[in-house]
Amino acid sequence: MKTSTLQEAGKPDLSRRSFLRYAGVGAVAATGVMALSACHKHHDDYNGAYDIGSGDTAILNYAYALEQLEAAFYIQVIASPYGGMSAIETSFLTDIRDHEVAHREFFKAALKDSAFPALTPDFSSIDFTSRAKVLGAAQAFEDLGVAAYNGAGYLIKNSDYLTIAGKIVSVEARHAALIRNLLSVGTFGDGSVIDANGSDKQQSIAQVLQVANVYLKTKVSAGSYNYIP
Amino acid sequence: MNLFNLFEDIENADPEFQDRISPRRDAIKNMAGFGTKVAVAALPFALSSLFKKAYGQSAPAGVTAALTYALKLEYFEAAFYRTALAVPNLISASEKATITAIGAHEAEHVAFLRTALNVTTPAPADTSYDFTARGTFATVLTNYETFLAVAQAIEDTGVRAYKGQAGALIGQQVYLTAALNIHSVEARHASAIRYLRRLNHGATTTKPWITGTASVSNDTGISAADGNYAGENNTIQGGVDITKLPGVSGNISVTAAIEAFDEPLTMQQVLALVAPFGVS
Repeated sequence: MKTSTLQEAGKPDLSRRSFLRYAGVGAVAATGVMALSACHKHHDDYNGAYDIGSGDTAILNYAYALEQLEAAFYIQVIASPYGGMSAIETSFLTDIRDHEVAHREFFKAALKDSAFPALTPDFSSIDFTSRAKVLGAAQAFEDLGVAAYNGAGYLIKNSDYLTIAGKIVSVEARHAALIRNLLSVGTFGDGSVIDANGSDKQQSIAQVLQVANVYLKTKVSAGSYNYIP
Repeated sequence: MNLFNLFEDIENADPEFQDRISPRRDAIKNMAGFGTKVAVAALPFALSSLFKKAYGQSAPAGVTAALTYALKLEYFEAAFYRTALAVPNLISASEKATITAIGAHEAEHVAFLRTALNVTTPAPADTSYDFTARGTFATVLTNYETFLAVAQAIEDTGVRAYKGQAGALIGQQVYLTAALNIHSVEARHASAIRYLRRLNHGATTTKPWITGTASVSNDTGISAADGNYAGENNTIQGGVDITKLPGVSGNISVTAAIEAFDEPLTMQQVLALVAPFGVS
């Protein structure tokens, strides 16, 4: 498959129709996750940012970018633990680090040649010596991850990918609840993240990347999803 | 019935099907954030008008089936917490806030789904359920540790149940997003209950996430819950063996590969698991 021209200069409307189709979902799903075509090309059209492109490849690269960010954060947390990190905190935060690395490596493997390069994080705004700052940042990353997967799920056309995104997002939600409980028991799902319907609040790709880019040296754009940094 | 084939058939017969129900249509576009923005009271109108606009009928059968199933499980969960919270001295005072908050969410899920589905028939009575599951958990309403263990299994199973319906809601901006937003709250609940058990109730190996080994999928140690955790020790995702991928040092461990991905259950599997509780 040649590189999609739909990504050129961001023409979201051209891809809209196929993007919203249900038809063919069953057929695509039958070919399996690893059949993803290498039709993604990285652009630096948007102020030097990497663009996620369009279609399922875009959503997977979007997730890959977020998982890279989370993995890098927890690797740093464990490499330079804040003072007084308890045994159970060390154990849980190490587990979370390894989960995020597993997520990151899964997306890299699934995307093959279409995968983003390694992104360089910028955590200069986070004080890794402070328990409150580290867990506060962890909470923000985990809640953001949950909102990101929940907000992008409907864009996924392949049912295998959708199910795998579902397998990951509930683990992110488990992380979010744990980090919140470490900071203050009982805040696992308080009103700051849960609405009156007892539901998390999804966020759009544009909303999420705006936050994620604060922690990335190389920015990520999503021209097909109304976001250019 | 294969939902995807159904959609294909519809689209073959009606090429404009996508445009009829596409989120780009103003009627639906305006509802994109309906979970947070649109008043709950406006929902039945919003949802029904959406599909009347498409076909002059109600929601697609697959969507209705998935959400009706979700409501059935939420009825049970809400009744479980409501009943337990009403038992004097069952729930420890220091943990009552957490259990109360979880119960409130379940009741909100019930209200939300009833509204979304436009259900007007009464909910099943709380007394219609057997929370002991025909005696398997005989002390569920008299022993707090048993209650927490059952709550954990119910929440973990709820997560698996929603996950199993993702395919039925694929591409549905409104319905899938709403289901995902509930799904992740169930996971928050499971994490919170697991943490309480680890922190205060001697569950020294329990983690906020479901762990396991190559031969053990049920990390609760309660064999009666084996079915609830069947397959949770899967380490192959989309054909990718997670344990063959690079970790922080060496390959990703079997433990991390199991914990990092929660697994779905089918509707049939879940209904069989909750049948002993009187969910029908």
